[in-house]
Amino acid sequence: MKMGMGYTVLSRLRTLARYTIAYACITHCTFEYVGDFVLCKGPSMEPTLFSDNVLLTERLSKYWRKYQSGDIIIAVSPVNASQYICKRIVAVSGEKITTLKPHPIEAESASKQPSEISMVTDYVPHGCVWIEGDNKSNSSDSRYYGPIPLGLIRSRVVCRIWPLSELTGL
Amino acid sequence: MAFRRFCKSLLYGLPLGITFLDCVGYVARVDGTSMQPALNPVAEERDYVFLLRWGIHNSAVERGDIISLISPKDPAQKIIKRVVGMQGDVVSTLGYKHEIVRVPDGHCWVEGDHTGHSLDSNTFGPVAMGLMSARAVAIVWPPERWRLLKNELPRRRRPVQVAKASYYS
Repeated sequence: MKMGMGYTVLSRLRTLARYTIAYACITHCTFEYVGDFVLCKGPSMEPTLFSDNVLLTERLSKYWRKYQSGDIIIAVSPVNASQYICKRIVAVSGEKITTLKPHPIEAESASKQPSEISMVTDYVPHGCVWIEGDNKSNSSDSRYYGPIPLGLIRSRVVCRIWPLSELTGL
Repeated sequence: MAFRRFCKSLLYGLPLGITFLDCVGYVARVDGTSMQPALNPVAEERDYVFLLRWGIHNSAVERGDIISLISPKDPAQKIIKRVVGMQGDVVSTLGYKHEIVRVPDGHCWVEGDHTGHSLDSNTFGPVAMGLMSARAVAIVWPPERWRLLKNELPRRRRPVQVAKASYYS
């Protein structure tokens, strides 16, 4: 009788493990290929987004639609690979932007004199986008590290779902 | 009935397979001669390498590792290169616009082993570490080429100055 009990427990555990793995995999695939939820931190996108807002993002539309200027996107930070950033695309490749040249991050790494840095009009290179926060005075973005490659973009923000009173498409 | 069973196993098997490929790793063919002699030593024969995705985002990458990354020029293309410098290192370049470059935070310096026949950091500059997708650990095909890929950096390509590890940990 005891052995029978042990067997039922074992088979239940196996069923449980099977379901857990199956649902973990389905969740992974949904978040990785369809879209996910993102909690915003920091002031760089004010007044559009505030700290502690929860956003719904999607990563399906990149297969049939190109990123356009005006889209709000989630990307891996180019200066810290373990951090995500939420910014607005200001210009896509081929469009014009006015920028400091060389970019402050490059100037730092090449130890250039400040006098060699100047404001110029430039085109966004192929395969890159120019991103900026909506809060221009308090945002570290392409104005600091230059255009970012499209490969860093994770997803596009669709709407804000929290707080519920501010449920809006973006 | 058999069809329903097939559908059900597909419904479970497909996410399982995709998750495995995403989290653990997969096998990919290497095209081009930019990594000679480590990969594709004979131009007509293609090597297949196992790309390990496990731990790629926990800064488990070291100088000398062969990594695959999304091309900074074209997001649809993946390239395979060797890491020469990590963030904070000072590297001497081969034909880049500056002779000496300090690799910015969050970036790394990648080069193909086949100097001069490789489109790498000497052309497009330091690349963001977020573009890394996997680390190549072994050649799995053809059988006579089977081997583990060693972490090796030619002496002349070592960074001029290596960043303090404690600073970025």
